[in-house]
Amino acid sequence: MTATETAVGEKSYVEAVSGTIAQLMREDDDIFVAGEDVGAFGGVFSTFLGLHAEFGDRRVVDTPISEQAIVGLGIGAAVTGLRPIVDLMFMDFVLVAMDQLANQAAKLKYMFGGEATMPLTITTTGGAGLSAAAQHSQSLEAILCHIPGLKVVFPSNAYDMKGLLVSCVREDNPTVVVKNKLLLGTSCPVPDDLYAIPLGVADVVKEGRDVTIVAVGRMVNEALVAAEKLAADGIECEIVDPRTLQPFDTDTVVASAKKTNRIVVVHEAVQFGGIGAEMTAQITEGAFDYLDAPIHRIGAPFAPVPFSPALEQHYVPNAAKIEAGVRQVLGR
Amino acid sequence: MMDISDDVLRDLHRRMVRIRQFEEGAGKLAEQAKLPGFLHLYVGEEAVAAGACAALTDEDQITSTHRGHGHLVAKGGDFRRMMAELMGRATGYCKGKGGSMHISDLSLGMLGANGIVGAGTPIAVGAAFANRYRDNGKVALAFFGDGATNIGAFHEAANMACALHLPIVFMCENNGYGEFTPREKTMAITDVVDRAAGYGMPGVIVDGMDAVAVYEAAVEAVARARAGDGPTMIEAKTYRYYNHHGVQNMGVQYRTDDEIEAWKKRDPISGLEARMAELGVMSADDATAVWAEVEAELGDAVQFAEDSPFPEPEALLSDVYTVMEGAAR
Ligand SMILES: Cc1ncc(C[n+]2csc(CCOP(=O)(O)OP(=O)(O)O)c2C)c(N)n1
Ligand SMILES: [Mg+2]
Repeated sequence: MTATETAVGEKSYVEAVSGTIAQLMREDDDIFVAGEDVGAFGGVFSTFLGLHAEFGDRRVVDTPISEQAIVGLGIGAAVTGLRPIVDLMFMDFVLVAMDQLANQAAKLKYMFGGEATMPLTITTTGGAGLSAAAQHSQSLEAILCHIPGLKVVFPSNAYDMKGLLVSCVREDNPTVVVKNKLLLGTSCPVPDDLYAIPLGVADVVKEGRDVTIVAVGRMVNEALVAAEKLAADGIECEIVDPRTLQPFDTDTVVASAKKTNRIVVVHEAVQFGGIGAEMTAQITEGAFDYLDAPIHRIGAPFAPVPFSPALEQHYVPNAAKIEAGVRQVLGR
Repeated sequence: MMDISDDVLRDLHRRMVRIRQFEEGAGKLAEQAKLPGFLHLYVGEEAVAAGACAALTDEDQITSTHRGHGHLVAKGGDFRRMMAELMGRATGYCKGKGGSMHISDLSLGMLGANGIVGAGTPIAVGAAFANRYRDNGKVALAFFGDGATNIGAFHEAANMACALHLPIVFMCENNGYGEFTPREKTMAITDVVDRAAGYGMPGVIVDGMDAVAVYEAAVEAVARARAGDGPTMIEAKTYRYYNHHGVQNMGVQYRTDDEIEAWKKRDPISGLEARMAELGVMSADDATAVWAEVEAELGDAVQFAEDSPFPEPEALLSDVYTVMEGAAR
């Protein structure tokens, strides 16, 4: 191994969060973590495991159940020079903290004529599939992307999690890192050293000539499963993972659209008004003349997330729906 | 101390036994992987729901929490529909759409368990407002945990209820923890009820392991509310025997075994049974008969739930809105 090479090991999505935060905290005493049960318990999803043991009460703070004050704590500390990482346990609770997020964190800099910097990272965990019902399963990233001033990342694997988390924590703007519950246990090779994946740069996960699947978060894995099935029929899918939803990498997605001429957009969130609607509009604006079929959107139906597995299994988009969508835009 | 009739004692006992058995039954089913989703068990805290709901009429309303089965059982919930809901069946209280965390029965005035901590309290304020507005004599009672008193919704609700002088009771179940974090880490006061004074309502501390004590405090608070004398806050000191959710501890030790055992020694049901035996109100045989009756009720409910169909996929899209006659869509 040369000096420029770093060791790479298999790490889980969860470890990519806790381990990366630990590395960042070792480098910068201005970084602290606050949230519900993030201390000795390590977070209900274990994404903060080990931090309290290493950094103690001063830098890893168990907060009351006070989502507004948790985000406010981060805002006040950030605007006075610290670099907070605050956690909102379930993404559904983002809604409880929405004023602090949308009216405060997102807008202070602009309202103050550029005077403020807001190096605040908010982590949260969304997604359905665990029968956690309507208030513990939502994917609300589109709401956040609609707020000028916020940046939003949605890593689909442990490697991206580490690189995007590094960029978010080092950002001087408020960022939201969306974790997905069903990705927590997934793992992939991840370099031990810190590295940054720049915000706003999509990843072409898989190249292909027949159709582009733009997939968000966990849907990247579902798209890969669908692509493999379709490959057996000679259909070659290109899969683009935006990774950052705000700012959005229009160029990469439009370039792919110009190459394959057929697009399927998929996310787990409710389809109506979802981030896929924005993507569809951008692709239409950037590559209208290249499209051979209407863009096919896949998202959840317009209903709250149901509790019963018998309903939830039909609610969450999956590989089968992606495969059907691809066949539809290809007409075969 | 008020004069508690034998019937009230028997009523409190039955309500608690129903809660205990339902929850133990649910815990077992969860361990057999028969219940999807989260399960927040109420075991240990039975005296609070039983004492509070025994002080209410069937028409009075309650709002509940993520730990809501006990509240619904105490309000008279039907085991069959509850168990079916926990199993995600179409015959459940919420047709399988809500599950454990959203279980509700509007006909019993149970305005829903709640997945958002603290979110039930403002809703109870609204129910209390409507009661006064209609002058119907009903009272609303909000159940919430110690941890919930750290969230803005609780404070806004408490203040508004007092400012508007509404017929409401705030019933805090202080079990010493919010999830895995002890209360001491998240508030600088020992007695949650200290907060009541800041809003201008009386605050009462009761032993939450004693259904009679909870009942007495609740009767007084409900009477105040019904008489138009405004809100009261009651803090019941209690304890949950099982984990925050599910049955087993989750690897990380956040409570000592000694602490758990010490609370179990003050078990609300055996405590009341001993007292009733002493008073000659209930013999050991009588008590056994109640347990057996409830066990049969539970067995029937589990069977009903297991025999019930799952909702059809089409149900996914119904109930999002109330369908308006004549509307375009
Ligand atoms: C707004 C919100 N924040 C966090 C949670 C996660 N959560 C669920 S229960 C709970 C603890 C609640 O503690 P307490 O109010 O004391 O009730 P207990 O569980 O002890 O009965 C937390 C933090 C939530 N459901 N809603
Ligand atoms: Mg509690």
